[in-house]
Amino acid sequence: MRVPLSWLGEYVDLPGDATPESVMAELVKVGLEEEGAHRFELTGPIVIGQVLEFVDEPQSNGKTIRWCQVRVAPEGQMAADGGADVRGIVCGASNFFVGDKVVVCLPGSVLPGDFKIAARSTYGHISDGMIASARELTISDAHDGILRLQELGLDPKVGSDAFEILYLNETAAEVNVTPDRGYCFSIRGIAREYAHATGADFRDPKSNAFINSGTGFDLTVTDESPIRNTPGTRRFVARVVKNVDPSRPTPPWMVARLKMAGMRSISLIVDITNYVMLELGQPTHAYDLDKLTGGITVRRAKAGETLKTLDGQVRQLHPEDLLITDQSGPIGLAGVMGGESTEVSATTKNVLVEAACFEPITIARSARRHKLPSEASKRFERGVDPMMADNAAARVVQLLEVHALGEGDSVGAEFRELGEPESIWLPALFAQEFVGVEYSQDEIQRILVEIGCQVTAVDGGYQVVAPSWRPDITHKTDLVEEVARIAGYDRIPSRLPVAPPGRGLTKRQHMRRTVVNSLAAAGHTEVLTYPFVGAEANQWFSNGGPREVVQLANALQEDANQMRTAILPGLIDAAKRNLSRGFVDLAIFEEGSVFLPAQKVASSSLVPVGNQLPSASDLAGLNATIPAQPRHLAALFTGNRKAQQVNSPAVISDYQDAIHVARVAAKAVGLDLVLKQASPVGFHPGRTAELFVKHNDELVSMGFAGELDPKLAAENDLPRRVAAVEINLEALYAAAPNVQISGAIGVMPAATQDLSLALDVATPASEVLAAIIEGAGELLEHVELVDDYRGTNLPEGQKSLTFALRFRASDRTLTQVEASEARDQAVALANQRFGATLRA
Amino acid sequence: MSAQNPINQKVVDDALNEALGLINAATDLAALKGARSSAIGEQSQISALNAQLKNLANEFKAEAGALIGKARGQINELFAAKEAEFAEIEERNKLAAESVDVTAAAIPAKFGARHPLSLLQDQISDVFIGMGWEIAEGPEVENEWFNFDALNFDADHPARAMQDTFFIEPVESHLVLRTHTSPVQVRSMLEREVPIYVLCPGRVFRTDELDSTHTPVFHQVEGLAIDKGLTMADLKGTLEHFARIMFGDDAKIRLRPSFFPFTEPSAELDVWHPGAKGGARWVEWGGCGMVNPNVLMAAGIDPEEYSGFAFGMGIERTLMFRNDVKDMHDMVEADVRFSEQFGVTL
Repeated sequence: MRVPLSWLGEYVDLPGDATPESVMAELVKVGLEEEGAHRFELTGPIVIGQVLEFVDEPQSNGKTIRWCQVRVAPEGQMAADGGADVRGIVCGASNFFVGDKVVVCLPGSVLPGDFKIAARSTYGHISDGMIASARELTISDAHDGILRLQELGLDPKVGSDAFEILYLNETAAEVNVTPDRGYCFSIRGIAREYAHATGADFRDPKSNAFINSGTGFDLTVTDESPIRNTPGTRRFVARVVKNVDPSRPTPPWMVARLKMAGMRSISLIVDITNYVMLELGQPTHAYDLDKLTGGITVRRAKAGETLKTLDGQVRQLHPEDLLITDQSGPIGLAGVMGGESTEVSATTKNVLVEAACFEPITIARSARRHKLPSEASKRFERGVDPMMADNAAARVVQLLEVHALGEGDSVGAEFRELGEPESIWLPALFAQEFVGVEYSQDEIQRILVEIGCQVTAVDGGYQVVAPSWRPDITHKTDLVEEVARIAGYDRIPSRLPVAPPGRGLTKRQHMRRTVVNSLAAAGHTEVLTYPFVGAEANQWFSNGGPREVVQLANALQEDANQMRTAILPGLIDAAKRNLSRGFVDLAIFEEGSVFLPAQKVASSSLVPVGNQLPSASDLAGLNATIPAQPRHLAALFTGNRKAQQVNSPAVISDYQDAIHVARVAAKAVGLDLVLKQASPVGFHPGRTAELFVKHNDELVSMGFAGELDPKLAAENDLPRRVAAVEINLEALYAAAPNVQISGAIGVMPAATQDLSLALDVATPASEVLAAIIEGAGELLEHVELVDDYRGTNLPEGQKSLTFALRFRASDRTLTQVEASEARDQAVALANQRFGATLRA
Repeated sequence: MSAQNPINQKVVDDALNEALGLINAATDLAALKGARSSAIGEQSQISALNAQLKNLANEFKAEAGALIGKARGQINELFAAKEAEFAEIEERNKLAAESVDVTAAAIPAKFGARHPLSLLQDQISDVFIGMGWEIAEGPEVENEWFNFDALNFDADHPARAMQDTFFIEPVESHLVLRTHTSPVQVRSMLEREVPIYVLCPGRVFRTDELDSTHTPVFHQVEGLAIDKGLTMADLKGTLEHFARIMFGDDAKIRLRPSFFPFTEPSAELDVWHPGAKGGARWVEWGGCGMVNPNVLMAAGIDPEEYSGFAFGMGIERTLMFRNDVKDMHDMVEADVRFSEQFGVTL
């Protein structure tokens, strides 16, 4: 809401030196956050001039300019810029006559856009200033010629300050109005709040006009299909004004106030309805009475009906739309926008003034349905004071009488179905108990009365009726908020509550942290990417067929309109960006949700009422609609894992780095990985492992690690070798031991042996390793694969795997003979399983 | 008068001095070994004297033997000392030859880094864990009931439109990307026994285009406490404690009246940031208030018996003014330099 200061000052005392900034600083105390100051962006000298004579001079470019002599100061006196009293000015407009009073921007003045006026040479003359149009002065959009002051009904003295004459010194403070405070979309509401903030006296503008209710106008208000059992119309006031003069100008002070309030001046009648809406918060509408066919009926729309609104658009109406109709059909979308057929115009003579109170939900839905957020609908959505309709109508009549020279008529009508306001019980000590401040009973009563409540002290508390303009106050906590904010939040003391003993992070939260911290400690950089991906990228890693996806209905970008089913596409994107910025050696990872609905997301009518506990089955139904969102971990490597350094060669990253990420994650939660050769979609078919962990003695797949399919890498402008891994952390967490059990730490001397086995190249080392462990038995303390040799000295199709074995007995020094026996058993099992033979 | 001993002090001293001179003249271990044979070997003076012993009159033998023995001891002692000295020098030379430029030490493995947004969430969680609170989580694709209705956002109220919501296809599924972490509060109230003290950090979504201060995907942390007798003073005290841990002992907080559907009274929260770049100042930090009774009722908690407070703030915003991050793009573009400049600490 933008609040012109001169207007505000009419209804609440402002200090003489008030500025938009000082007003905003006061209003923020009561909850109206500052949005900014507004001023006419004009700097003088801008003065009133009179055209003494002019010559039309046709130009070679086809234009005709006027070379004018303009008096800008009384004869013989110095002009406001210190120059002569008569100036030669070149003007492009031709809508004026000798003797016209006009607005002259003298050299030195500045117009919006930092447009500096100076004496300049143009069309063969020195143009010593500028004659301004209304648009150049930003008071209206009119630019079909310069501003002639007589059109505004003005005849000021030559040389006088145009800022004074046109009220260009008006300023405004803009504050943010929260959705519960509809009444603050008015000067009336802001003045009241300013009074609360400063203690200054508030004068209610509702009494500006004397109410003469009219009768005899044919008005019918119906509602056959109210929304949520609430009729669409609570109040409707109609008043007739006759013999208006639509050619009269809007007074400059009103134009300036409207402009500073953010509305442009359109025509006197429309300006007056807008002015009253801004002043009282009550939207009003003016119909050209002579264009109406019969009386007015307010009703819901019927299927198939249409309405051409003021903006020229034909609207298909919906049965929930509330309409203003006459015998010709719809003439307005209630509370949103009027219709074109009854619009006031330059020929309007008789006016029907409407001031109504419509129910918020109906208006909110219509405004949204027709994408017509108007100044009126904004106010109705938030709740308009139902007591203000007759005041507002009377104020419009009054202003039409004064400025449009109309005659308020006794013809009019009123519909009114307001019901009794409800009373709220406020226990005397509730505010203190809820806020923690010891308010005196006097203070509570004073504040509630100040904000407009009717307060009746009863034993132990108060019966409070909220003011008509505060539909947001329905509960005792709402009253407490009023007490607390008017008394000041700065009075609330600090007290640190003691929570019951907590259990720390959950096991799962702890595991997540250990996983990401371990990865960072192991030299990986955590990044975060948006979880939005395109349809194609979302299937890059959909091993086992296309995945169901969660699709956005209103994505910001069409090529990123799905929720990710994997993290890797985001990391590929991140890698691309880093590479483009010159970072080629990457080891990045991300931990986060992926979205994996088991089936297509379904429609569901179930949304229980907000303020009551849904049944257990309803809650279960709600939760059943929510797609699975497991946490994943993914990492991606490009370039060198280790850079070349002094005495230390570069190491290129490859599938082993990807697998190591999974190992680090598994180790972080107390698990060891089992690897199997695999060829999932999106990965290099020969350089990728499926990753398993043991869970209840079963191997559970967690995901894949290896290198990206070089084709996919190339399509994304990545180097040929990109190592990547993605694992499902849920599987990892589920398999993690609750408690790790210690083994015995043997202290007897160890015996070490090396073992080289020749076997088929296709045999996975991991399986040979498993056979060695199994075959060697209990004495084997540790075994490690140290070499994979392929080449001469081996039969075709064979490789040689070398293992380092360490044996130890818990109770004695092991002899080499014992160790060799154990080793031989390992060889025997490997031979039996894989045909492995011991190499000399 | 008896005859003089031919192997007397003077004679032995001469032999000794010559030997010591030879040893002292050696400048390295090899020369020392040569000097040793000249000084004490078969050809040495001292050995010559020793050889004369057997020809000596018996009465002189004991004295001469003692003199020679003592001299030999002195020679050996000097030799040992010299040998140790040269060994020490040799070892030192060897180490000198092994020396390297340690200032050029290679880094065996890269340093990793956490993303500051996730690190800050962990750090804030720890503050509240320390106060006995627990950390609650919930889904990012959420049902509208949890995201709006249960939080007192009427379907037709303008407050609901303010939230710039991402909807899921089909719209009749009533699924949205959660616009705040508040649905986790609802879930906490439904799933936990009162009293409840939980912190809900997490990722949230609104349909804002990315610019220097907005991002459609961002993070929040919200706190919720439900207990008997909680007041706005408890809210203020909790926030003040939190602010001091985050911004130093001089931090303080200020509440300004505001509106949120799920709290009543509601407040905007400013923090006095003593370490702010360009000088200490008030910074807008988040929103808070007393839990609206409608919200308690939606979760089956009796508002006449229990009261509660809630607060929430943006992680991105906090990081911006706490760590002087100037542009939202830095936080969302996954540029490794952004994470790596922080490493694993903020």
